[in-house]
Amino acid sequence: MTIITVKNLIKYYQSSKAKEVKAVDDVSFTIKAGHCFGLLGPNGAGKTTTIEILEGIIAASSGEVLYHGKPLNKNIASKIGIQFQHTALQDFLTVQETINLFSSFYQQTIEQEKLIELCDLGDFLDRNNRLLSGGQKQRLLLALALINDPDIVFLDEPTTGLDPQARRNFWQLIKNIKAQHKTIVLTTHYMDEAEHVCDDIAVMDKGKLIEQGSPQQLLQKHFNDVFIYLPRTQVPTVLISKNNWQVSDLNSSNEQVEIKSKNVEQTLSYLIAEQVPLDGLHVKSANLDDLFLKLTGHSLRD
Amino acid sequence: MFNTRRFFAVFKARNIEFFRDRSSLGWNLLFPVLLLVGFSFIFSGNGRAEYKVGVLQLEQSATTHPNKAAKFLATKFVDFIDYQQLDIAQLKLSQHGIDLLIDFSKKSYWVNENSPKSYLVEKIFLSAEQDFTRHVTQGKGIRYIDWALPGILGMNMMFSCLFGVGYVIVRYRKNSVLKRLKATPLSALEFVTAQLVSRLFIVMFISSSVYIGCNVFLNFYMLGSYLDLFVVAALGAFCLISLGLLVACRSKSEELTGGLLNLTTWPMMMLSGVWFSLEGAPDGLKAFSELLPLTHLVAGAREIITEGATLSDISYHLIVLAIMSSLFLALGAYFFDWNSER
Repeated sequence: MTIITVKNLIKYYQSSKAKEVKAVDDVSFTIKAGHCFGLLGPNGAGKTTTIEILEGIIAASSGEVLYHGKPLNKNIASKIGIQFQHTALQDFLTVQETINLFSSFYQQTIEQEKLIELCDLGDFLDRNNRLLSGGQKQRLLLALALINDPDIVFLDEPTTGLDPQARRNFWQLIKNIKAQHKTIVLTTHYMDEAEHVCDDIAVMDKGKLIEQGSPQQLLQKHFNDVFIYLPRTQVPTVLISKNNWQVSDLNSSNEQVEIKSKNVEQTLSYLIAEQVPLDGLHVKSANLDDLFLKLTGHSLRD
Repeated sequence: MFNTRRFFAVFKARNIEFFRDRSSLGWNLLFPVLLLVGFSFIFSGNGRAEYKVGVLQLEQSATTHPNKAAKFLATKFVDFIDYQQLDIAQLKLSQHGIDLLIDFSKKSYWVNENSPKSYLVEKIFLSAEQDFTRHVTQGKGIRYIDWALPGILGMNMMFSCLFGVGYVIVRYRKNSVLKRLKATPLSALEFVTAQLVSRLFIVMFISSSVYIGCNVFLNFYMLGSYLDLFVVAALGAFCLISLGLLVACRSKSEELTGGLLNLTTWPMMMLSGVWFSLEGAPDGLKAFSELLPLTHLVAGAREIITEGATLSDISYHLIVLAIMSSLFLALGAYFFDWNSER
């Protein structure tokens, strides 16, 4: 069942007196209930602007956002949960006091014990907000997004700046929330994050939506090959030229030969027959990073 | 619709923030105390050698009773001040504002028995004139610190109201606290009202504590009612907070807001009668000072303290403060922006 429908969304910003920037350029997509929907793209792609229009925080220049088929209205604030990309909290309040403050804004709230357990806040409830680590602060912000027991939760780059362990812990929290049949709308520029937690993704670049579907669907659609990598020193130059293989990490001491293959067994047999040593070989399927590179011609982190 | 639960939650949160920020709390308490104690020491000595003598209808006395008045009026090192009304002159004498009061037409004079200077200037007067009827008045003298007290406390309230509200809102806006709050059902009115009431509570708590604490060892002069003083102080603070909200209603830049707040506070600090009276100032300057909320707060409080004025006596100042508050609040609420757009 579709819970959010976005039709021909356009948003202009006035960058100077004479110049307008089109931050979102005719974007349309749908989000299914109970799914985790990922909006992917590099910084400046228009993800945050799009998600903030969906949240009712900013107005679109044109286009339509429908919740359950009805236009966005003022009451949406009590039905959705939001975790912004950059949010400060009141410095001198404790975690518990912040939860109490935000609880008082809503008519209906989730049980605090349940929320504290769900977001793993128990160990630092009495700590001042300004003394929280990055991961703890993101967990508190997630709790605030869930405080009104919303059907839809918006998470805008929730793991940016977190260390790898904190990121993985956060992914588990997202999965726990999804298990409660909530719809999650997530923006990220981490492709591994999208692959781990998203059921559907939409890829944005320069304000435009360039692809949409499930991660697996998109990878199958765009990639038939797997990648085989071997250290450059082990592969004769003649062989590289003959097969038109790519050499990656040029100018580094760790040059790799990239071999695209539709049949791994056949390629390995060929390499053995050519007496190429297989030490250091590794095989990799295409991922969303590769997809983004293929679709836009540049990497996500460019 | 205004939701009191949400309002009280934000009010409580803001108060907790303020009282837990020890450095800010300490400075808010310490600054006015330092000023009051400093001024009480600086102006505790007798800086002037001359005596001040009030004369009822001075010019008329000099012309209609030239023989009687000429001798004493020619005395050196005595300032003669003209008064048209006896009761005002008597109040000044009782407050040690003048040292002697003479009515040449009725051949009467008044001394303040609590004032050593009054005793001495009476001796000088009697050496020149003998057949005047002596009247006695009593009263504790007004020191400069008593006169300056409403100004110093008012100025501290002004800084706390303007910077405490203006900077906090701009900081909230800049670091997206406002944006986060906007994403909840909290309305702008609830948020702004909570900030306003919280700051009013904080300012009145701090000012009352400073006044009561300093009064223990500085023993301030007070002719009027403490309740009236509280009312005019609260209305003045409300007006200044509203002005702070107006200054901070849209900006996201702390630097710009700091400049605007300085632009707002400096004229009030200099022209609202905090440090000196504007009685002799040009009419244009006096008219401009009437546009400043602090002028009415200080003038109202000073009249209560030094003249025993009631709320009805200072109704002009109260009405002006109420009108200004309404205007600032209306404009602040109209232009208020959560600043969700870039």
